[in-house]
Amino acid sequence: MSIFVDRQTKLVVQGITGRDGSFHTKQMLEYETRVVAGVTPGKGGQRFEDTVPIFNTVGEAVAETGANTSVIYVPSRFAVDAMFEAADAGIKLVVCITEGVPVLDMTRVMPFLQERGTRLIGPNCPGVISPGASKVGIIPAQICLEGTIGVVSRSGTLTYEVIHQLTRHGLGQSTCIGIGGDPIVGTNFIDCLEAFEADPGTEAIVMIGEIGGTDEQQAAKYVSHEVRKPVVGFIAGQTAPPGRRMGHAGAIISGSSGTAKEKVAAFEAAGIGVMERPVEVVSLLQERMKGVGC
Amino acid sequence: MNLHEYQARALLKAAGIPVPDGDVATSPEEVEGVAKRMGGAVVVKAQVHAGGRGKAGGVKLAKSAGEARVHADKILGMQIKGLIVDKVLVVPAAEIASESYVGVIVDRASQRPVMMVSPAGGVDIEEVAAKTPERIFQASIDPRYGLLPHQATSLAFQLYREPQQVRQAATIMRQLYQAFLDAGASLAEINPLITTPDGSVVALDAKIVIDDNELERREDIARLRDPAAEDPAEVEAREVGLSYIKLDGNVGCCVNGAGLAMATMDLVKYYGGEPANFLDIGGSSNPHKVITALNIITRDPSVKSILFNIFGGITRCDDVANGIVTATANTKLERPIVIRLTGTNESIAVDILKKAGFEALTDMDEAVQQAVKQAREAA
Repeated sequence: MSIFVDRQTKLVVQGITGRDGSFHTKQMLEYETRVVAGVTPGKGGQRFEDTVPIFNTVGEAVAETGANTSVIYVPSRFAVDAMFEAADAGIKLVVCITEGVPVLDMTRVMPFLQERGTRLIGPNCPGVISPGASKVGIIPAQICLEGTIGVVSRSGTLTYEVIHQLTRHGLGQSTCIGIGGDPIVGTNFIDCLEAFEADPGTEAIVMIGEIGGTDEQQAAKYVSHEVRKPVVGFIAGQTAPPGRRMGHAGAIISGSSGTAKEKVAAFEAAGIGVMERPVEVVSLLQERMKGVGC
Repeated sequence: MNLHEYQARALLKAAGIPVPDGDVATSPEEVEGVAKRMGGAVVVKAQVHAGGRGKAGGVKLAKSAGEARVHADKILGMQIKGLIVDKVLVVPAAEIASESYVGVIVDRASQRPVMMVSPAGGVDIEEVAAKTPERIFQASIDPRYGLLPHQATSLAFQLYREPQQVRQAATIMRQLYQAFLDAGASLAEINPLITTPDGSVVALDAKIVIDDNELERREDIARLRDPAAEDPAEVEAREVGLSYIKLDGNVGCCVNGAGLAMATMDLVKYYGGEPANFLDIGGSSNPHKVITALNIITRDPSVKSILFNIFGGITRCDDVANGIVTATANTKLERPIVIRLTGTNESIAVDILKKAGFEALTDMDEAVQQAVKQAREAA
């Protein structure tokens, strides 16, 4: 079992003929994700790799193929309209890989999607993979293993590092989600925690946060009240100097509410097992899962 | 991207907000000329991207043009938080009856812009938030409708009683919100917003931070970037698509991905070392980026060992390996290098590195420990 994406996922790729879109679509097809359509305006009627039909609009793609999920690889200046278009076409899950989307644009995207009941993951994120079932995005499939650990993270490669550690030690994953590092993202830690808690295929949860904002603190509160499954966590940025942007727009410490220290304290207060190093994810999980008889 | 105070003032003025006269100068002579023209007392203010300018001695009141020149001579060339002051803003000294704060930011939690005001102006707003949060008032803005007049008015009533001042402040808030949108800002604040003895409401100091993701579509704003106000290595890195920040330690780090880069720095510290920098080579790296990254790191004299930590996803390990080999082909590295690569095309990368005489590790902890040890031995 898994959350957000599985064998029922029928995917439309927005920007399927672009450099990133075509590369990653091949990888998703190799993983046997059900890629049912692609969209590139002006290339409607063609086929991608002789198999996937390409449409001019997401609306056509949905009407013809019944696509229910979209992934966006278009350049940043087109990404906002791509999100609007997917929601208007009735897509219920949109995964936006594109980075560089202005925050003010996201303040307009979010209410639009919420009114249409569309969930957004990202932007500026590596996407979602439910090992053995479906991959939507760019998380390298070869480092994943089918299993029962749910992984949610604000980072990209740091997530891969943690997944890699899990897989090396035989701890497979139900679903791995990168929610993205921007100040405004469509799906936050709490959304993922709620879904993992409800998913019978997930036995324990790994949460990887970083400096900036207060998402982790709120997630910690949620864990202490609503999550019964074991949760372990990591916060990147202990050594980051205050007030500096560290690649992710999200990773800015402003005021006193975004430091690594504060987040670690919030995790500990909520009973979340905190790893000091990514490699500790394995021992910490094993220790926590013993208690619940897994 | 941070704007200088004089740039932020110009944007506010263009939006219709009352901002006092002011001129930028780069030499003491120029400052004296500006001060003479203005007549009376002036304030000389360092234009540098750092908070706490006043405490550092970068803001001075001068009663005469001659005194302004003397202050400017001290301020120009001074360092504030490592940044050299190369220009000052000269403004007439204002008579202040009251000081407030007005600012607009994008709030992550509500995913909306928020207008904030406080009658406790003239001090750091973070300090007000920490000590007297009840003195901060805010209004959440629906981006579809903008800051509504009644929202601005009710915030203005938290600052003033005089209807005339309330009206002025409300207008300023709506103009500030428009300036915030037009600039593609993530923060726009007036601190302090003052009242003068004759009762008018005036923006005395302004701060605007631009969302970097807006710069591609706003050439006029992008042109405001002042490369002289930034670390040259950070500017060079940005030009090739790297993200680099100089830190105080001696282990030079080169990593793909911001989260992994921060985790690598943390691990350096965990094993008793200190990172010399944050450096994210980003996704889809090409060898050229790696060469620039290595050049930036080796140019830093405090670096005693170099650590590569690459988790190949979109980034291909062989690209990184080729970059390292090319960068070191002509100029031999004088400092020890530890390379950790895993993921996409890992084995090709290991072969490339071996042929060139480099060792490659696959474990992150082992690599960090080695880099820390070598930095310690070299120090």
